Amino acid sequence: MTLLWGFLWGVAAVATIAGGAILGVWWERKVSARIQMRYGPQQIGPFGSLQMIADVPKLLFKEDIVPALADKAIFKYAPLFVFGPVAVSMVVIPFTAGWAPLNTSVGVLFFLAVPSIEVIAILLSAWASHNTLSTLGGLRATAQMISYEVPRSLAVLAIVLLAGSLRPLDVVAAWRWWWMPLTFVAFVIYFVASIAEMNRGPFDIPEAESELVAGYFADYSGMRWASFMMAEYGAMIAASLFGAALFFGGGWPFGGALGVITLIVKAILIMTAIMWVKWTFPRLRQDQLMSFCWKALTPLALVQLVVVGVVLVWL
Amino acid sequence: MTEQTIVNIGPSHPSTHGVCRVVVTLDGEIVTHAEPIIGHLHRGIEKMAENRTYLQVVPLTDRLDYVGSMYANWAYCRAVERLAGIRVPERAEYIRVIVCELQRIASHMMGIGSTGADTGAFTAFMYAFAQRDHVVELFEALCGARLTYNYVRPGGVSMDLPEGWVEKCRAFTAQHPSAMLELDRLLFGNVIARARLKGVGVLSAEDAVAWGASGPTARGSGVDWDLRRDDPYSVYPRFDFQVPLGENGDSYDRARIRLWECVESCKIIDQALDQLEPGLVKAEGLPRLLAPRPGDAYDHIESARGSLGVYLVSDGTPRPYRMKVRSPAFCNLALLPLLAEGHTLSDLVVILGSLDPVFGEVDR
Repeated sequence: MTLLWGFLWGVAAVATIAGGAILGVWWERKVSARIQMRYGPQQIGPFGSLQMIADVPKLLFKEDIVPALADKAIFKYAPLFVFGPVAVSMVVIPFTAGWAPLNTSVGVLFFLAVPSIEVIAILLSAWASHNTLSTLGGLRATAQMISYEVPRSLAVLAIVLLAGSLRPLDVVAAWRWWWMPLTFVAFVIYFVASIAEMNRGPFDIPEAESELVAGYFADYSGMRWASFMMAEYGAMIAASLFGAALFFGGGWPFGGALGVITLIVKAILIMTAIMWVKWTFPRLRQDQLMSFCWKALTPLALVQLVVVGVVLVWL
Repeated sequence: MTEQTIVNIGPSHPSTHGVCRVVVTLDGEIVTHAEPIIGHLHRGIEKMAENRTYLQVVPLTDRLDYVGSMYANWAYCRAVERLAGIRVPERAEYIRVIVCELQRIASHMMGIGSTGADTGAFTAFMYAFAQRDHVVELFEALCGARLTYNYVRPGGVSMDLPEGWVEKCRAFTAQHPSAMLELDRLLFGNVIARARLKGVGVLSAEDAVAWGASGPTARGSGVDWDLRRDDPYSVYPRFDFQVPLGENGDSYDRARIRLWECVESCKIIDQALDQLEPGLVKAEGLPRLLAPRPGDAYDHIESARGSLGVYLVSDGTPRPYRMKVRSPAFCNLALLPLLAEGHTLSDLVVILGSLDPVFGEVDR
């Protein structure tokens, strides 16, 4: 019975991410077009909304190319482990007051830890491609994703400290509006580190189109490529939902179904900001990225943690 | 030291600006040696010119620097005119100046835009290309082509300005400087772009002169040399304009002075449009088949990339005996190994972009 539930939840998570990715790509195309003085898709369906319906079969029917020198088994199955952890991490998101797909006492830790498996899969896919540019991209991705987990976890820790619980539902229940100004810096750190975690611009150094062509997934095509893309959008959706839940009180000030809608609207706003950043800023360089993480974000996150601690003691 | 990796960047790569191949030796991420391998776009244009009449060579020169076709047209025509002793009507000279300054804007927009794209700022690329598109539309109204114009001809230009073109051109120059200020804030004012471009690929003024660099590449290092002012040709002495100079010789200066050059070009265009008077646009009494007396001629102009020269030898027949193009992009590209050494792979791409080579002109 548990197995059946798990399976159903898995299907639901994958469907959510796939649907979210389709909508997310459409939204990103529109947002980026607006930023770049273009129209974006507008021919297929109202506001070009059916463009992605045309794109999905295209990806499905594309030839699945495996390079001759690639380590075939790893090359073929690594994308699954890029996409999988992101889908799994979705289950602890508190969608509304009192309900999350998986109500566990270590939900926050779960959300931060599970997507980290992605790093191994990215490194494997890069290595298996047997391509210098891919390998460089994979190594860059590993360094970046492991480093940025530190400030990201510290930023979330500020909220955990305030709530006194690692259970996402408890955090949402304990949430008060004055946490917003208090943990604003933590949210900014979470926001920046999450962008770096999902390898999006201005931290898309592992992909770096102008340098490494596409980095660790340069040799992938068809649906295997699409699983990298879905992992990126899935990570964006998950980070936006989780950020909206933790830092902006989930469905606050509403409860029930209206709360879910409020949460999704907040998440879309965060997602739009992520896109906005990507389409405005140039890309950092590898060494600048690292020094930004260790010399700016991590100390700042620690200071925020101390400030939250002082406020708690003072209360 | 770790084992060195050899990476082929190109010939088909998002940021090689055409078909350049750079063989990069990497120590981790640090470039220890970068060698541009050219010739992927070699079409033998200089040799082909020997089998065509003087007029038939003009479309070939379009294909040299395909981002700035007007310059190669003009440099070639000036060499032919010098060889055959043709006097060009004043209106034609003014039109040539106007189209070439417009071409400078179009070409620099490509250069700045690709600096944006190389650093990952794709929005800056789109902003620059919006401006470039205005210029290309003006050219389309002028001669029907958007890329290879075949517009400047020996003795003048192929046809007069169409009705209403001057107004359209004025409308463009009126909005362009403010668009450049916006682009400056978007790209060069950005903190990440500054971090990526400043101090990357520093070229000293001595090296710039010693390696034969010209145009924005040399001026970025503070070499105050612009043929429009220092070896005046055509009607340039009648215009009042500044030559923007860089201070540090890094990628930031090289890319950014292109922006100010566009603003100066707008000034020149406005002055030229004010002084433009009716008249002939092509010398009268030119023979169908030009056959200059035996001899040779060299002439150079300031193209968007630097000093572009054409050397022609005539043996008295209607076909050139020899044509040689002094290509600024070729000379500037030679600096790449010097500039890239010791920087990271990410910087190599930026440095290559800041040199703004066009491989039609490098390979010829």
